Amino acid sequence: MKPAPFGFAKARSVDQALALLSEHADARLLAGGQSLIATLNMRLSAPALLIDINGLDELTHIKVTGDTLEIGALVRHAQAERSGEIARHAPLIALALPHIAHPAIRNRGTIGGSIAYADPAAELPACLLALGAEIEIANATGTRTVAAEDFFTGLFETALGLGDMLTAVRVPVARPESRYGFAELARRHGDYALVGLAAAARHDCKGLRDVRLAFFGVDATPVRARAAEAAVERGEDAAAALAHDLNPDGDVHASAAAKKHLAGVLLRRVLAQLAEPRP
Amino acid sequence: MTERFHDIALTVNGEAVRERVDARKTLVDFLREDLSLTGSHVGCEHGVCGACTVRLDGVIVRGCLTLAVQCDGATVETIEGVSDLGTIADLQAAFQARNALQCGFCTPGMLLTAAELLDAGAMPSREKIREHLSGNYCRCTGYHAIVDAVEAVARARAKHP
Repeated sequence: MKPAPFGFAKARSVDQALALLSEHADARLLAGGQSLIATLNMRLSAPALLIDINGLDELTHIKVTGDTLEIGALVRHAQAERSGEIARHAPLIALALPHIAHPAIRNRGTIGGSIAYADPAAELPACLLALGAEIEIANATGTRTVAAEDFFTGLFETALGLGDMLTAVRVPVARPESRYGFAELARRHGDYALVGLAAAARHDCKGLRDVRLAFFGVDATPVRARAAEAAVERGEDAAAALAHDLNPDGDVHASAAAKKHLAGVLLRRVLAQLAEPRP
Repeated sequence: MTERFHDIALTVNGEAVRERVDARKTLVDFLREDLSLTGSHVGCEHGVCGACTVRLDGVIVRGCLTLAVQCDGATVETIEGVSDLGTIADLQAAFQARNALQCGFCTPGMLLTAAELLDAGAMPSREKIREHLSGNYCRCTGYHAIVDAVEAVARARAKHP
Protein backbone atom coordinates (compact mmCIF):
# COMPACT_ATOMS: atom_id res chain seq x y z
CA MET A 1 0.00 0.00 0.00
CA LYS A 2 0.94 3.65 -0.18
CA PRO A 3 0.90 6.23 2.62
CA ALA A 4 -2.01 8.62 3.03
CA PRO A 5 -1.06 12.21 2.10
CA PHE A 6 0.86 14.27 4.65
CA GLY A 7 2.79 17.50 4.89
CA PHE A 8 6.54 17.42 5.26
CA ALA A 9 9.03 19.73 6.93
CA LYS A 10 12.76 19.27 7.19
CA ALA A 11 13.89 20.61 10.56
CA ARG A 12 17.10 22.67 10.58
CA SER A 13 17.59 22.52 14.36
CA VAL A 14 16.22 20.73 17.41
CA ASP A 15 14.56 23.97 18.51
CA GLN A 16 12.83 24.32 15.16
CA ALA A 17 11.65 20.69 15.28
CA LEU A 18 10.27 21.22 18.79
CA ALA A 19 8.52 24.42 17.72
CA LEU A 20 6.89 22.61 14.80
CA LEU A 21 5.88 19.75 17.11
CA SER A 22 4.21 22.15 19.53
CA GLU A 23 2.40 23.99 16.72
CA HIS A 24 1.00 20.90 15.01
CA ALA A 25 -1.00 18.49 17.12
CA ASP A 26 -0.99 15.70 14.56
CA ALA A 27 2.73 15.75 13.71
CA ARG A 28 5.28 12.95 13.99
CA LEU A 29 9.04 13.12 14.09
CA LEU A 30 10.74 11.21 11.29
CA ALA A 31 14.15 9.85 12.24
CA GLY A 32 15.42 6.68 10.54
CA GLY A 33 11.87 5.87 9.55
CA GLN A 34 12.48 2.13 9.62
CA SER A 35 9.32 1.50 11.63
CA LEU A 36 7.38 4.72 10.99
CA ILE A 37 7.46 4.58 7.19
CA ALA A 38 6.39 0.92 7.27
CA THR A 39 3.35 1.90 9.34
CA LEU A 40 2.63 4.80 6.95
CA ASN A 41 2.84 2.44 3.97
CA MET A 42 0.36 0.11 5.64
CA ARG A 43 -1.79 3.06 6.75
CA LEU A 44 -1.55 1.98 10.36
CA SER A 45 -0.67 5.60 11.01
CA ALA A 46 -1.59 8.71 9.04
CA PRO A 47 -0.17 11.87 10.63
CA ALA A 48 -0.91 15.27 9.07
CA LEU A 49 2.73 16.33 9.20
CA LEU A 50 6.12 14.61 9.27
CA ILE A 51 8.99 16.59 10.78
CA ASP A 52 12.20 15.15 9.35
CA ILE A 53 15.02 15.38 11.90
CA ASN A 54 17.60 13.58 9.74
CA GLY A 55 20.50 15.93 9.30
CA LEU A 56 20.37 17.43 12.80
CA ASP A 57 24.07 17.07 13.55
CA GLU A 58 23.50 18.11 17.15
CA LEU A 59 21.93 14.68 17.76
CA THR A 60 24.66 12.46 16.24
CA HIS A 61 27.28 12.56 19.00
CA ILE A 62 28.76 9.68 20.99
CA LYS A 63 30.70 11.16 23.87
CA VAL A 64 32.02 10.31 27.31
CA THR A 65 31.62 12.80 30.12
CA GLY A 66 32.99 11.58 33.44
CA ASP A 67 31.37 8.22 34.20
CA THR A 68 28.67 8.58 31.57
CA LEU A 69 28.48 7.73 27.88
CA GLU A 70 25.97 9.82 25.98
CA ILE A 71 24.58 8.69 22.65
CA GLY A 72 22.69 11.21 20.55
CA ALA A 73 19.23 10.13 19.44
CA LEU A 74 20.10 10.31 15.76
CA VAL A 75 23.12 8.00 15.93
CA ARG A 76 22.36 5.28 13.42
CA HIS A 77 22.77 1.61 14.32
CA ALA A 78 25.58 1.25 11.78
CA GLN A 79 27.42 4.25 13.24
CA ALA A 80 27.03 2.77 16.72
CA GLU A 81 28.33 -0.59 15.50
CA ARG A 82 31.51 1.06 14.21
CA SER A 83 31.97 3.19 17.31
CA GLY A 84 35.05 2.45 19.40
CA GLU A 85 33.54 4.51 22.24
CA ILE A 86 30.47 2.26 22.41
CA ALA A 87 32.57 -0.92 22.15
CA ARG A 88 34.79 0.27 24.99
CA HIS A 89 32.34 2.04 27.26
CA ALA A 90 29.01 0.32 26.55
CA PRO A 91 29.93 -3.26 25.59
CA LEU A 92 26.37 -4.47 26.24
CA ILE A 93 25.05 -2.22 23.48
CA ALA A 94 27.86 -3.38 21.19
CA LEU A 95 26.81 -7.01 21.87
CA ALA A 96 23.19 -6.24 21.03
CA LEU A 97 23.63 -4.17 17.86
CA PRO A 98 24.42 -6.99 15.38
CA HIS A 99 21.13 -8.64 16.33
CA ILE A 100 19.09 -5.62 15.27
CA ALA A 101 17.41 -6.18 11.91
CA HIS A 102 19.58 -6.22 8.76
CA PRO A 103 22.44 -4.13 7.34
CA ALA A 104 20.22 -1.91 5.16
CA ILE A 105 17.97 -1.19 8.15
CA ARG A 106 20.93 -0.55 10.46
CA ASN A 107 22.36 1.93 7.95
CA ARG A 108 19.27 4.06 8.43
CA GLY A 109 17.61 3.20 11.75
CA THR A 110 18.53 5.28 14.78
CA ILE A 111 19.20 4.54 18.44
CA GLY A 112 16.66 7.15 19.53
CA GLY A 113 14.05 5.80 17.16
CA SER A 114 14.39 2.26 18.51
CA ILE A 115 14.00 3.49 22.07
CA ALA A 116 11.08 5.82 21.33
CA TYR A 117 9.26 3.14 19.32
CA ALA A 118 9.62 0.74 22.28
CA ASP A 119 8.84 -2.51 20.52
CA PRO A 120 8.49 -5.09 23.31
CA ALA A 121 10.78 -7.51 21.44
CA ALA A 122 13.47 -4.93 20.61
CA GLU A 123 17.02 -5.19 21.88
CA LEU A 124 17.96 -1.64 22.87
CA PRO A 125 15.14 -0.92 25.34
CA ALA A 126 16.20 -4.03 27.30
CA CYS A 127 19.85 -2.94 27.17
CA LEU A 128 18.94 0.46 28.63
CA LEU A 129 16.96 -1.21 31.39
CA ALA A 130 19.85 -3.55 32.21
CA LEU A 131 22.32 -0.66 32.23
CA GLY A 132 20.17 1.65 34.35
CA ALA A 133 20.27 4.23 31.57
CA GLU A 134 18.77 7.69 31.52
CA ILE A 135 16.76 9.07 28.64
CA GLU A 136 16.87 12.77 27.81
CA ILE A 137 13.64 14.29 26.55
CA ALA A 138 13.19 17.80 25.20
CA ASN A 139 10.09 19.82 24.37
CA ALA A 140 9.31 23.45 23.65
CA THR A 141 9.44 24.33 27.36
CA GLY A 142 12.63 22.56 28.40
CA THR A 143 14.53 19.32 28.92
CA ARG A 144 14.00 16.50 31.40
CA THR A 145 15.59 13.15 32.16
CA VAL A 146 13.71 9.91 32.73
CA ALA A 147 15.21 6.67 34.07
CA ALA A 148 14.86 3.65 31.77
CA GLU A 149 12.87 1.96 34.56
CA ASP A 150 10.20 4.64 34.23
CA PHE A 151 10.41 5.22 30.49
CA PHE A 152 8.82 2.07 29.09
CA THR A 153 5.25 2.25 30.34
CA GLY A 154 3.30 -0.19 28.16
CA LEU A 155 2.99 -1.83 24.77
CA PHE A 156 4.67 0.68 22.41
CA GLU A 157 4.03 3.26 25.14
CA THR A 158 6.67 5.41 26.77
CA ALA A 159 7.09 8.47 28.95
CA LEU A 160 7.19 10.58 25.77
CA GLY A 161 4.18 12.85 25.57
CA LEU A 162 2.79 15.24 22.96
CA GLY A 163 5.45 17.68 21.86
CA ASP A 164 8.31 15.59 23.31
CA MET A 165 11.44 14.55 21.47
CA LEU A 166 13.90 11.93 22.71
CA THR A 167 17.26 13.67 22.28
CA ALA A 168 19.85 11.36 23.89
CA VAL A 169 20.44 8.34 26.08
CA ARG A 170 23.04 8.18 28.83
CA VAL A 171 24.55 4.99 30.21
CA PRO A 172 27.14 4.49 32.95
CA VAL A 173 30.51 3.62 31.41
CA ALA A 174 31.85 0.11 31.87
CA ARG A 175 34.30 -0.38 34.74
CA PRO A 176 36.93 -3.13 35.05
CA GLU A 177 34.60 -5.11 37.34
CA SER A 178 31.57 -4.71 35.05
CA ARG A 179 30.22 -7.84 33.38
CA TYR A 180 27.75 -8.03 30.51
CA GLY A 181 25.79 -10.71 28.74
CA PHE A 182 23.43 -10.73 25.80
CA ALA A 183 21.53 -13.48 24.00
CA GLU A 184 18.37 -13.78 21.99
CA LEU A 185 16.50 -16.41 20.06
CA ALA A 186 14.91 -15.54 16.73
CA ARG A 187 13.68 -17.74 13.94
CA ARG A 188 16.00 -16.02 11.50
CA HIS A 189 18.88 -13.62 12.03
CA GLY A 190 17.60 -10.05 12.29
CA ASP A 191 14.01 -10.93 13.12
CA TYR A 192 12.49 -9.61 16.30
CA ALA A 193 13.39 -11.98 19.11
CA LEU A 194 11.06 -14.69 20.41
CA VAL A 195 12.81 -14.13 23.73
CA GLY A 196 15.92 -12.16 24.57
CA LEU A 197 18.01 -11.19 27.57
CA ALA A 198 20.32 -8.25 28.22
CA ALA A 199 22.28 -8.43 31.46
CA ALA A 200 24.71 -6.35 33.47
CA ALA A 201 26.48 -7.09 36.75
CA ARG A 202 29.51 -6.22 38.83
CA HIS A 203 32.05 -8.90 39.70
CA ASP A 204 33.78 -8.95 43.08
CA CYS A 205 35.68 -11.59 45.06
CA LYS A 206 32.44 -13.18 46.27
CA GLY A 207 30.77 -13.42 42.88
CA LEU A 208 28.29 -11.31 40.94
CA ARG A 209 26.71 -8.20 42.51
CA ASP A 210 24.19 -5.62 41.27
CA VAL A 211 22.85 -8.17 38.79
CA ARG A 212 20.33 -6.69 36.37
CA LEU A 213 18.54 -9.11 34.05
CA ALA A 214 16.31 -7.44 31.45
CA PHE A 215 14.22 -9.84 29.38
CA PHE A 216 12.51 -8.76 26.18
CA GLY A 217 9.85 -10.34 23.99
CA VAL A 218 8.10 -11.76 27.07
CA ASP A 219 5.84 -8.88 28.09
CA ALA A 220 4.48 -5.51 26.92
CA THR A 221 7.77 -3.87 27.92
CA PRO A 222 11.25 -5.17 28.73
CA VAL A 223 11.14 -6.57 32.27
CA ARG A 224 13.63 -7.07 35.09
CA ALA A 225 13.75 -10.62 36.48
CA ARG A 226 14.23 -9.61 40.09
CA ALA A 227 13.81 -13.02 41.72
CA ALA A 228 16.37 -14.49 39.35
CA GLU A 229 18.71 -11.53 39.98
CA ALA A 230 18.56 -12.17 43.73
CA ALA A 231 19.11 -15.89 43.19
CA VAL A 232 22.23 -15.21 41.13
CA GLU A 233 23.66 -12.98 43.86
CA ARG A 234 22.96 -15.66 46.48
CA GLY A 235 24.45 -18.38 44.30
CA GLU A 236 21.10 -20.18 44.05
CA ASP A 237 19.28 -21.68 41.06
CA ALA A 238 18.38 -18.61 39.01
CA ALA A 239 16.53 -20.52 36.30
CA ALA A 240 14.14 -21.92 38.94
CA ALA A 241 13.60 -18.43 40.38
CA LEU A 242 12.71 -17.18 36.92
CA ALA A 243 9.28 -18.83 37.23
CA HIS A 244 8.39 -16.02 39.70
CA ASP A 245 9.53 -13.28 37.33
CA LEU A 246 8.11 -14.03 33.93
CA ASN A 247 4.56 -14.62 32.83
CA PRO A 248 4.73 -14.39 29.04
CA ASP A 249 1.74 -14.62 26.75
CA GLY A 250 2.07 -16.98 23.83
CA ASP A 251 1.97 -15.52 20.33
CA VAL A 252 2.01 -16.85 16.77
CA HIS A 253 5.73 -17.58 17.06
CA ALA A 254 5.90 -19.43 20.36
CA SER A 255 3.57 -20.61 23.11
CA ALA A 256 3.80 -19.21 26.63
CA ALA A 257 5.36 -22.49 27.81
CA ALA A 258 7.93 -22.40 25.02
CA LYS A 259 8.85 -18.79 25.85
CA LYS A 260 9.28 -19.65 29.52
CA HIS A 261 11.49 -22.59 28.61
CA LEU A 262 13.56 -20.48 26.20
CA ALA A 263 13.97 -17.73 28.81
CA GLY A 264 15.61 -20.32 31.08
CA VAL A 265 17.89 -21.45 28.27
CA LEU A 266 18.95 -17.85 27.61
CA LEU A 267 19.49 -17.21 31.30
CA ARG A 268 21.96 -20.09 31.55
CA ARG A 269 23.81 -18.85 28.46
CA VAL A 270 23.97 -15.29 29.72
CA LEU A 271 25.07 -16.32 33.21
CA ALA A 272 27.97 -18.15 31.57
CA GLN A 273 28.88 -14.90 29.76
CA LEU A 274 28.66 -12.91 33.00
CA ALA A 275 31.07 -15.33 34.67
CA GLU A 276 33.75 -14.64 32.04
CA PRO A 277 36.20 -11.79 32.56
CA ARG A 278 35.81 -9.08 29.95
CA PRO A 279 38.52 -8.88 27.29
CA MET B 1 7.50 24.67 4.66
CA THR B 2 5.02 22.13 5.91
CA GLU B 3 3.55 21.55 2.46
CA ARG B 4 2.79 18.28 0.80
CA PHE B 5 4.71 18.89 -2.45
CA HIS B 6 8.41 19.72 -2.51
CA ASP B 7 11.07 20.39 -5.13
CA ILE B 8 14.06 18.11 -4.77
CA ALA B 9 17.45 18.03 -6.46
CA LEU B 10 19.57 14.92 -6.21
CA THR B 11 22.08 12.82 -8.10
CA VAL B 12 20.86 9.48 -9.42
CA ASN B 13 23.39 7.16 -11.02
CA GLY B 14 25.69 10.10 -11.64
CA GLU B 15 23.06 12.31 -13.26
CA ALA B 16 21.56 15.44 -11.75
CA VAL B 17 17.81 15.11 -11.26
CA ARG B 18 15.28 17.81 -10.34
CA GLU B 19 11.69 16.85 -9.65
CA ARG B 20 8.65 17.97 -7.70
CA VAL B 21 7.49 15.16 -5.43
CA ASP B 22 4.58 14.35 -3.19
CA ALA B 23 6.00 13.89 0.32
CA ARG B 24 4.29 10.52 0.64
CA LYS B 25 6.15 9.03 -2.35
CA THR B 26 8.75 6.48 -1.33
CA LEU B 27 12.20 6.55 -2.91
CA VAL B 28 11.62 3.27 -4.76
CA ASP B 29 8.34 4.48 -6.25
CA PHE B 30 10.04 7.74 -7.27
CA LEU B 31 12.84 5.83 -9.00
CA ARG B 32 10.45 3.51 -10.79
CA GLU B 33 7.60 5.84 -11.68
CA ASP B 34 9.26 9.23 -12.15
CA LEU B 35 12.67 8.14 -13.44
CA SER B 36 11.68 4.84 -15.10
CA LEU B 37 14.44 3.02 -13.23
CA THR B 38 12.57 -0.21 -12.73
CA GLY B 39 15.51 -2.36 -11.64
CA SER B 40 14.68 -1.71 -7.99
CA HIS B 41 11.65 -3.80 -7.18
CA VAL B 42 8.68 -3.23 -4.94
CA GLY B 43 7.90 -6.30 -2.88
CA CYS B 44 6.52 -6.08 0.63
CA GLU B 45 6.53 -2.28 1.03
CA HIS B 46 7.29 -2.54 4.73
CA GLY B 47 10.99 -3.18 4.88
CA VAL B 48 11.01 -6.96 5.17
CA CYS B 49 11.90 -8.37 1.76
CA GLY B 50 14.83 -6.25 0.56
CA ALA B 51 13.78 -6.20 -3.12
CA CYS B 52 13.83 -2.37 -3.11
CA THR B 53 17.43 -2.08 -1.87
CA VAL B 54 19.28 0.94 -3.29
CA ARG B 55 22.34 2.94 -2.25
CA LEU B 56 21.75 6.29 -0.58
CA ASP B 57 24.88 8.38 -0.03
CA GLY B 58 26.98 5.26 -0.46
CA VAL B 59 25.19 2.83 1.84
CA ILE B 60 22.37 0.40 1.15
CA VAL B 61 18.90 1.33 2.37
CA ARG B 62 15.35 0.15 1.90
CA GLY B 63 13.84 2.15 -0.97
CA CYS B 64 10.40 1.56 0.53
CA LEU B 65 11.38 2.95 3.96
CA THR B 66 12.90 6.15 2.63
CA LEU B 67 10.86 9.01 1.21
CA ALA B 68 11.91 10.65 -2.04
CA VAL B 69 11.47 14.07 -0.42
CA GLN B 70 14.17 13.11 2.10
CA CYS B 71 16.67 12.62 -0.72
CA ASP B 72 17.03 16.32 -1.57
CA GLY B 73 20.77 16.85 -1.96
CA ALA B 74 21.55 13.13 -1.77
CA THR B 75 23.33 10.71 -4.06
CA VAL B 76 21.34 7.63 -5.06
CA GLU B 77 22.64 4.60 -6.91
CA THR B 78 20.45 1.85 -8.28
CA ILE B 79 21.24 -1.51 -9.82
CA GLU B 80 21.17 0.16 -13.26
CA GLY B 81 23.94 2.60 -12.34
CA VAL B 82 26.04 0.07 -10.47
CA SER B 83 25.72 -2.41 -13.37
CA ASP B 84 26.85 0.23 -15.86
CA LEU B 85 29.88 1.09 -13.74
CA GLY B 86 31.00 -2.55 -13.95
CA THR B 87 32.02 -2.64 -10.29
CA ILE B 88 29.95 -5.76 -9.58
CA ALA B 89 30.43 -7.50 -12.94
CA ASP B 90 32.25 -10.36 -11.19
CA LEU B 91 29.38 -10.79 -8.73
CA GLN B 92 26.79 -10.73 -11.51
CA ALA B 93 28.79 -13.33 -13.48
CA ALA B 94 29.02 -15.54 -10.38
CA PHE B 95 25.25 -15.31 -9.84
CA GLN B 96 24.71 -16.38 -13.43
CA ALA B 97 27.30 -19.18 -13.36
CA ARG B 98 25.87 -20.70 -10.18
CA ASN B 99 22.18 -20.24 -10.90
CA ALA B 100 21.91 -17.89 -7.95
CA LEU B 101 18.70 -16.54 -9.43
CA GLN B 102 15.63 -17.99 -11.05
CA CYS B 103 12.87 -15.42 -11.39
CA GLY B 104 15.27 -12.55 -10.67
CA PHE B 105 12.89 -10.46 -8.57
CA CYS B 106 15.20 -10.37 -5.54
CA THR B 107 18.43 -10.19 -7.56
CA PRO B 108 19.01 -6.41 -7.73
CA GLY B 109 18.61 -6.18 -3.94
CA MET B 110 20.73 -9.27 -3.37
CA LEU B 111 23.52 -7.90 -5.56
CA LEU B 112 23.64 -4.49 -3.86
CA THR B 113 23.48 -6.05 -0.41
CA ALA B 114 26.19 -8.62 -1.19
CA ALA B 115 28.32 -5.89 -2.81
CA GLU B 116 28.35 -3.93 0.46
CA LEU B 117 29.64 -6.99 2.30
CA LEU B 118 32.28 -7.68 -0.36
CA ASP B 119 33.37 -4.03 -0.37
CA ALA B 120 34.03 -4.27 3.37
CA GLY B 121 37.06 -6.33 2.36
CA ALA B 122 37.53 -9.19 4.82
CA MET B 123 36.89 -12.78 3.69
CA PRO B 124 33.43 -13.45 5.15
CA SER B 125 32.43 -16.88 6.44
CA ARG B 126 29.35 -18.55 4.94
CA GLU B 127 27.58 -17.81 8.20
CA LYS B 128 28.50 -14.13 7.91
CA ILE B 129 27.26 -14.07 4.31
CA ARG B 130 23.94 -15.58 5.37
CA GLU B 131 23.66 -13.12 8.22
CA HIS B 132 24.38 -10.19 5.92
CA LEU B 133 21.79 -11.34 3.37
CA SER B 134 19.20 -12.23 6.03
CA GLY B 135 17.12 -9.16 5.17
CA ASN B 136 16.79 -10.08 1.49
CA TYR B 137 14.22 -12.69 0.63
CA CYS B 138 14.59 -15.12 -2.25
CA ARG B 139 11.67 -17.44 -2.86
CA CYS B 140 13.32 -19.44 -5.67
CA THR B 141 16.83 -20.56 -4.88
CA GLY B 142 16.84 -21.64 -1.24
CA TYR B 143 19.84 -19.29 -0.86
CA HIS B 144 22.59 -21.93 -1.19
CA ALA B 145 23.55 -20.87 -4.69
CA ILE B 146 23.51 -17.21 -3.67
CA VAL B 147 25.83 -17.87 -0.74
CA ASP B 148 28.05 -19.93 -3.08
CA ALA B 149 28.26 -17.05 -5.54
CA VAL B 150 29.09 -14.43 -2.91
CA GLU B 151 31.67 -16.72 -1.33
CA ALA B 152 33.30 -17.42 -4.70
CA VAL B 153 33.61 -13.70 -5.45
CA ALA B 154 35.01 -12.97 -2.00
CA ARG B 155 37.62 -15.66 -2.53
CA ALA B 156 38.49 -14.45 -6.02
CA ARG B 157 38.78 -10.83 -4.88
CA ALA B 158 41.00 -11.86 -1.96
CA LYS B 159 43.32 -13.61 -4.43
CA HIS B 160 43.34 -10.82 -7.02
CA PRO B 161 42.44 -7.62 -5.24
